[in-house]
Amino acid sequence: MSTTTAPQKRARTSAGTTIVPAHERALKNRVSLTETVRHSLTMAYRGLLKIRRTPEQLFDVTLQPIIFTVMFTYIFGGAISGDVASYLPVIIPGILVQTVITTSIVTGTQLREDMDKGVFDRFRSLPIARIAPLSGALLADTIRYAIATTLTFVMGFIMGYRPHGGIWAVIGAALLVIVCAWAISWIFAFFGVIARSASSVQGISMIILFPLTFLSNAFVPVDTMPSWLQWFVNINPVSHLVTSVRDVLNTGAFTSEAFLPLIGAAVIVAIFAPLTVRAYMRRA
Amino acid sequence: MNTHSEWAVEANGLVKTFGSNRAVDGVDLRVATGTVYGVLGPNGAGKTTTISMLATLLRPDAGSARIFGHDVQREAQVVRQLIGVTGQYASVDEGLSATENLVLFSRLLGLGRREARIKAQDLLEEFGLTEAASRPLKNFSGGMRRRLDLAASLISQPPLIFLDEPTTGLDPRTRAQMWETIRRLVAGGSTVLLTTQYLDEADQLADRIAVIDRGRVVAEGTGDELKAQVGSSSLELRLGDPLLADRALNIAERVLGVAGTRSAEAARITVPLSDPERVTDLLIELRGDDIRLEEFSVHKPSLDDVFLSITGKPTEDTAEDAADSTTSTREGAHA
Repeated sequence: MSTTTAPQKRARTSAGTTIVPAHERALKNRVSLTETVRHSLTMAYRGLLKIRRTPEQLFDVTLQPIIFTVMFTYIFGGAISGDVASYLPVIIPGILVQTVITTSIVTGTQLREDMDKGVFDRFRSLPIARIAPLSGALLADTIRYAIATTLTFVMGFIMGYRPHGGIWAVIGAALLVIVCAWAISWIFAFFGVIARSASSVQGISMIILFPLTFLSNAFVPVDTMPSWLQWFVNINPVSHLVTSVRDVLNTGAFTSEAFLPLIGAAVIVAIFAPLTVRAYMRRA
Repeated sequence: MNTHSEWAVEANGLVKTFGSNRAVDGVDLRVATGTVYGVLGPNGAGKTTTISMLATLLRPDAGSARIFGHDVQREAQVVRQLIGVTGQYASVDEGLSATENLVLFSRLLGLGRREARIKAQDLLEEFGLTEAASRPLKNFSGGMRRRLDLAASLISQPPLIFLDEPTTGLDPRTRAQMWETIRRLVAGGSTVLLTTQYLDEADQLADRIAVIDRGRVVAEGTGDELKAQVGSSSLELRLGDPLLADRALNIAERVLGVAGTRSAEAARITVPLSDPERVTDLLIELRGDDIRLEEFSVHKPSLDDVFLSITGKPTEDTAEDAADSTTSTREGAHA
């Protein structure tokens, strides 16, 4: 474990000084839970450092909310709700869910890229929790969701959206979306671990996500759709999430419907976290 | 606490198969604590795969290995506390600066925020990277990257350090610096296991050397022991006509009493030479047989000769394989 390998406070040079022989060291073969958490946080810190070093990887979470929100609102506003102002309470929750969930794909592609790099060999040779590079990456990505969420709300606000639920509803809805996106990112993390290349992760993920986000009530009222499509839209978990976010934002009430997505998120994590971890451990 | 083992590395019959390719095919190694051990072999001989198994990065398909008496599979986490690994391709984070890399690894190894900063600064200074500390790694030269990689392996001051081809691709000056660093490490009490394709590197640094070819250890001993296998000197002849190589080898064997070897392009033959007096006889014989020489020279024995005589012989293997290993040997000798 780490504190034993931590360099004893010795002379300033490390290559030249005498090192502690193997048999004089206190060693253990287990990593404790606190250490696991600490290693994960350090790996998440690495994710943040990388974002700071290469800010261009935030393009998707900054540009997409800005462009999509403006675009969809002005294209569909008049046709669907008569005017833009009355469309905003419909579209902002919809576009929020769509944007943040799409962002979670990146977890998978980045994980794949990361695992192919030389630095991963070093992580695997260090006496740290095996799971830390994975959990750290998932943790760091919540920052991306937070950015996308904030920007979507800001764009909505600029266009004149004033949620009835007030600031607490906005915070509640934001947390709901971020938690659900985090849960969904486990699915993409799974693909990231088992796939051969980052681009194949991107491909698989888009094929799954595109129908899920568009065949939902995110942009258009369900009753305008043909009945066979309504059936799918109504069972689509994304629709339920959108409905919950709308309820919270527009009424300020956390109804029982609002908790349904959280249950769904828990189910996804319960299934995909063990799958991902097992596949990951086999490689790590 | 465990029993005190005098062996830093003990590997028994390590096997690793990738598909139908037995990358490592029963490797045994014994590395004494406090020594430098060289694993010498051409590309694809199984050096990196062997190190990966010893460093808990790969699971052996068969066989076992212990690091300071700790089993690499059952006590992987203990082994990881005792080793530092510097990969063939620098295992540092390209997305971060040198300081950020060292701080990250220090934090993972349990140092506090402040300690990690100090540690990073010390190591950067020691490896002459202070000026480049905050620059992105993409602008680093190969030598700087390798130094940073080694610095990262030394954070926890591990008693055993694996260096996978530490000087491949480095210019001669940087290479000499790397050798100096490795010697300093050993002076401090570290055990070093290094792989190399460069025969002079193993000769210069290693106390003992294992020659590895096609996943097997084909020779083991000190540099001198290995050299003793090929005689005191060797005679190298370059023929005007490569087709006469077989005849020239026959004559050499008759005159000098030992079998020589032939290089890949066949125009060059190398014969162990115990008595320089006999060279004259050989040259006269060759002239008498109408075999024209382009060039001839007498070499002090080097590990190249050892390597050639052990792995380069076209015995039961296909000629193509033999040609491959001799070519790599020559590349190693040139670098």
